[in-house]
Amino acid sequence: MSKAAELANLIGNINAGGGGVNRNVLVNGATNVSQRSVSSTGLGASAGYFTADRWKFQVANTAGRFTATQDSSVPTGKGFANSIKLACTTADTSLANTEQFIFQQKLEGQNVQGFAKGTSDAKPFALSFYVKGNANATYVVALYDEDNGRYVGKTFSVTTDWTRVEITFPADTTGTLDDDNASSLELWIWLHCGPTYKGGTLPLTWASYSNANAAEGGDSFFDSTSRTFFITGVQLEVGQNPTEFEHEPIERTLTKCHRYFHRIGDAKDGNGYSLLIGGYQGDAGDDYTSYYSFPVEMRAIPTSTVSGTWNTIRTSNIKTAYVTVQGCTLYGSITGAGSWYLHGDSADDHVSFDGEL
Amino acid sequence: MDIKSAKYVSFLGNDKAQIEAVIDDVTMNIPLDPANRHYAEILKQVKEGTLTIKDAD
Repeated sequence: MSKAAELANLIGNINAGGGGVNRNVLVNGATNVSQRSVSSTGLGASAGYFTADRWKFQVANTAGRFTATQDSSVPTGKGFANSIKLACTTADTSLANTEQFIFQQKLEGQNVQGFAKGTSDAKPFALSFYVKGNANATYVVALYDEDNGRYVGKTFSVTTDWTRVEITFPADTTGTLDDDNASSLELWIWLHCGPTYKGGTLPLTWASYSNANAAEGGDSFFDSTSRTFFITGVQLEVGQNPTEFEHEPIERTLTKCHRYFHRIGDAKDGNGYSLLIGGYQGDAGDDYTSYYSFPVEMRAIPTSTVSGTWNTIRTSNIKTAYVTVQGCTLYGSITGAGSWYLHGDSADDHVSFDGEL
Repeated sequence: MDIKSAKYVSFLGNDKAQIEAVIDDVTMNIPLDPANRHYAEILKQVKEGTLTIKDAD
């Protein structure tokens, strides 16, 4: 894109109510943050978040399996360090009706009010991203309005080289998005589906969601074990013209991600230890000793998960209680009178907090 | 979400302080917050009659 064209796009978006900084409503569009894991294998049996933060693999009823990796392959000269690489490891060419594989991000309603959706002043949705694959393929990308069951989509092409995809979805004067912390707007990239999601016509303007129309025109990522899909630089902004990806400092991306997921105990000191808590107890029982304040208020009260076998003296493994959006109590169940402590001492000792959508 | 089991956890006299559940083969502590996706799924499966939350020990 020439500088003149870039400037014209930005001015056009500012006139449409977008532009400026913080214009990307997606989080971790450059796929720099992968708190859970930088690589995860055997995926496909269950939907969830496995590698890059905020990016969900919505899978259902498929025998297809894949590996997801935070990869270093990136488009040249665009300032990216990472992409998400998906590699098919088990093909699935015998399609059951409701098979799904959707690469998606869900957005809180309160973070997408700028689109003024459902009003007479509704703004267009400018989407852009970079993709490549092992061979030519066509996939469907869509926006889903979860509050009103509305949907708009378009096909895009993948080649063996990095390609920038730019799509502007029209404004929608029907269906306002709830101004709250629940999922309102979702970006979907269909990578595989069963016949339930094809057979109709992909809606290029906003319409009521229909299964038969949802993924029409898209190929299957699971058609061969040689299939790969890379993506980075994903940006969704208010306006009629997609602009260059807005790179942001890592701490800003990380803080945004922490609202949905973070974990403690991973970082170790020079001796390989982390997160020691302890105390003195006169008898067996729970000892609620330590309050942990989250780095940022989370979207919802998170699920907490303890991993690993911690180093313990006269106590259980670490536990969590009184979890709120702001923090929680860390404690141990003491096994007998005396001093007690616990701490992490191996790579898999951590506590995660998951408030994802 | 494959929820294998769910059981209330008691804290300081509150017998329904949170839920301990095994989801996708991982043991998780789940708050009773409808905005939490794991709790929302538990509520959905309870309503559908495919899951029962056991009482706290």
